Amino acid sequence: MKQLSTKVTSNAHGQDSSYFLGWEEYEKNPYDEIKNPNGIIQMGLAENQLCFDLIETWLAKNPDAAGLKKDGQSIFKELALFQDYHGLPEFKKALAEFMEEIRGNRVTFDPSKIVLAAGSTSANETLMFCLAEPGDAFLLPTPYYPGFDRDLKWRTGAEIVPIHCSSSNGFQITESALQQAYQQAQKLDLKVKGVLVTNPSNPLGTMLTRRELNLLVDFITSKNIHLISDEIYSGTVFGFEQFVSVMDVLKDKKLENSEVSKRVHVVYSLSKDLGLPGFRVGAIYSNDEMVVSAATKMSSFGLVSSQTQYLLSALLSDKKFTGTYLNENQKRLKIRQKQLVSGLEAAGVTCLKSNAGLFCWVDMRHLLDTNTFEAELELWKKIVYEVKLNISPGSSCHCTEPGWFRVCFANMSEETLDLAMKRLKEYVESTDSRRLISKSSHERIKSLRKRTVSNWVFRVSWTDRVPDER
Amino acid sequence: MVALTAEKQDHNLLSRMAAGDGHGENSAYFDGWKAYEENPFHPIDRPDGVIQMGLAENQLCGDLMRKWVLEHPEASICTAEGVNQFSDIAIFQDYHGLPEFRQAVAKFMEKTRNNKVKFDPDRIVMSGGATGAHETVAFCLANPGDGFLVPTPYYPGFDRDLRWRTGVNLVPVTCHSSNGFKITVEALDAAYENARVPVKGLLITNPSNPLGTTLDRDCLKSLVKFTNDKGIHLIADEIYAATTFGESEFISVAEVIEEIPDCNRDLIHIVYSLSKDMGLPGLRIGIIYSYNNRVVQIARKMSSFGLVSSQTQHLIAKMLSDKDFVDEFIRKSKLRLAERHAELTTGLDGLGIGWLKAGAGLFIWMDLRNLLKTATFDSEMELWRVIVHKVKLNVSPGGSCHCHEPGWFRVCFANMDHQTMETALERIRVFTSQIEEESLKLTKQMAKKKKCWQSSLRLSFKDTRRFEEGFFSPHSPVPPSPLVRAQI
Repeated sequence: MKQLSTKVTSNAHGQDSSYFLGWEEYEKNPYDEIKNPNGIIQMGLAENQLCFDLIETWLAKNPDAAGLKKDGQSIFKELALFQDYHGLPEFKKALAEFMEEIRGNRVTFDPSKIVLAAGSTSANETLMFCLAEPGDAFLLPTPYYPGFDRDLKWRTGAEIVPIHCSSSNGFQITESALQQAYQQAQKLDLKVKGVLVTNPSNPLGTMLTRRELNLLVDFITSKNIHLISDEIYSGTVFGFEQFVSVMDVLKDKKLENSEVSKRVHVVYSLSKDLGLPGFRVGAIYSNDEMVVSAATKMSSFGLVSSQTQYLLSALLSDKKFTGTYLNENQKRLKIRQKQLVSGLEAAGVTCLKSNAGLFCWVDMRHLLDTNTFEAELELWKKIVYEVKLNISPGSSCHCTEPGWFRVCFANMSEETLDLAMKRLKEYVESTDSRRLISKSSHERIKSLRKRTVSNWVFRVSWTDRVPDER
Repeated sequence: MVALTAEKQDHNLLSRMAAGDGHGENSAYFDGWKAYEENPFHPIDRPDGVIQMGLAENQLCGDLMRKWVLEHPEASICTAEGVNQFSDIAIFQDYHGLPEFRQAVAKFMEKTRNNKVKFDPDRIVMSGGATGAHETVAFCLANPGDGFLVPTPYYPGFDRDLRWRTGVNLVPVTCHSSNGFKITVEALDAAYENARVPVKGLLITNPSNPLGTTLDRDCLKSLVKFTNDKGIHLIADEIYAATTFGESEFISVAEVIEEIPDCNRDLIHIVYSLSKDMGLPGLRIGIIYSYNNRVVQIARKMSSFGLVSSQTQHLIAKMLSDKDFVDEFIRKSKLRLAERHAELTTGLDGLGIGWLKAGAGLFIWMDLRNLLKTATFDSEMELWRVIVHKVKLNVSPGGSCHCHEPGWFRVCFANMDHQTMETALERIRVFTSQIEEESLKLTKQMAKKKKCWQSSLRLSFKDTRRFEEGFFSPHSPVPPSPLVRAQI
């Protein structure tokens, strides 16, 4: 259709991918405890629904903020008119302090370097517009969040070149993988403008180690390119390890006011940590004045609603609340993750050891008929249509190895998660028994051994991992 | 890849888009804003500050809005009355938007078009204000290098919204004061034929910014026919739909296409927002309404880059569903706009200052051509600097709106109270009497060839050569549409 742009007529929005198709299936037949107990359980949505009660309690105690008032007087009129793309100063200040708190107050964030955006979707796209020309490339470690294909490439014309990570080392980024990706871009005649990482990782749920962060900073220094660190899950880290931000590493390397630091940009949002995706609160943090200036002007295309800014500035300025919230959020996430991991284990399924995010990276390679993406898609379809769980297949996240799936745990009740695990267990057991019946006894034993060994090797390989430096 | 040298680093590290001027804010016209920001008027704290008359905001009914919000705590998801919905709304990021929000907006759009046309809630697509809506529409309808026809003068923000990140060009359709800046078929044809880029559409703002005029039915029909015949899109920015007052009538393109049986509706799109009609620019409520299913589908996916906060969607859904409130609000808003407009125009009439007869928008299109030393934009700029820095009024010069003729200024009136308007008029009174005095002096001194500080300014307003009687008089009839003859 010549009358529309190629952006419309192509599929570059990426929404024909299986990641989004699973969502569509879910929407046709969504699980409801009472109304639709046989419906599809949504485990493909990385939402944090565990701590609304904390926010609701805060609202009840803070009627002024809740009622868009200041000192008892309605300020609705003023908020309704406030469209300054610099944002509400008190909101940016509170946001900067919240980001510092998440990082144990080890690093500082200057509110004047924050640019607000309509969610991290908009923040990431805006950064691309600022840093890349159409046809330029960013390197992204695989597997990565499927939405990046749309957010980073669709309207910007930028390209993504994958940094291939493998299960052999827990999907960590290696120097050789980085170099290979860089060379691949050159072969494709693409100018590499930077690297984008999500830390903690979506879909892995792991944090980048200090070694990886150092590697990345060294790499961008040597290549004179940018590093975008999407730290949208920074407040979801549970377990004993602390979250290490790229900002920590810049500080440790004494690069805070260096030229390199101008090429390191952080993306943040309140959608995951606070569970408020509907409010569309995203942010870019950059040490480069020109980026801040250009991105601020671009934010006109997606400002944060002033009433939302006001509410959240009050919420995040309450340090007692933020401290309690972050602690409690982490506790509840840990418990829920453990419930998922145990449930998976009971079904004979393991996952990548993780301590962050709202999902687990689940290893279902042993359930594949063949070690192919076709088999992965076949398995995925069975899980969506027969087991009635919407989970995200690794291929939608550009994983190079078939058989991995992202399974979310923070967007449902304990009971629903229990039910999901029961369904999975039943499916796996029925699959096992079908396989056992159809194979010869020799093959049966061989395949059982293989699975057990691979699981054992996998677990062993984790304990042998180089411990993170503090 | 060769490592970049330090000198080249800065230029190449950022995109041309970020490093360049495409945002339009380096234009000299931003001086007015800067002057205001450095010294904003306040009746008590800064009585000599710059009065902001360059901001098209509707601040006249904020009290009604505030009262409604206070009386309806259930419309908030944060109050005791509404918090039971907090988690559902906070989680809601579906780019289709809350159904009740879309329904309420559709009904409001119908109301502001006198219920003469129906809007389908399923065609409503959200965006980050009309700013986001325009950019999204440009991304959907045009490829980089394509162009949109835009009648001049036009809203300066279009240069950024439609072009900056999209790579789309704007092709001006020149309109002249000789016929009240109406869009003529000749001008459209000329612009289309002479365009150096592939033309993909025509963008109109109706009611017009900066003119404040509305398009009549015949004119609209002609625009639909023009674009249909050429197979190009018609984008109607109707952001000022409910700001008509007095006898002015707003006719939407939605109404007109009902009267054209063979209209290709795939080419018709409306951009809307609640920023002007309801005075809520801070809440970022932009709407794309397209009759083209594919555009609706794709614009909806693009809306992920600028969804309306669910907290706001919820509030607006409740507010716009209150029929009595909406009726009262629109009624009062129009009355107050009419009053404030009359204050300004009566004041200007008394000073012999011309303005384009119009009955919509939040501004007037003021005629200061006879104050220009020469009919050039340099003179206009000089005059503007005097108005900003000496008279201390931030108004928008026609050149910033790409007006073909120098000497016109957009002056906003709906963003200030009565006292501030009085102060602004008083300053203009002082200014014009100073000009009168100076020009008398100049007449006396002309023989001695002495210059004064206002030598760049022309003789008094009473110079009838430029003062076209009848056209600018508040009692003159609206001239008939020159497009009538183009009617088939």
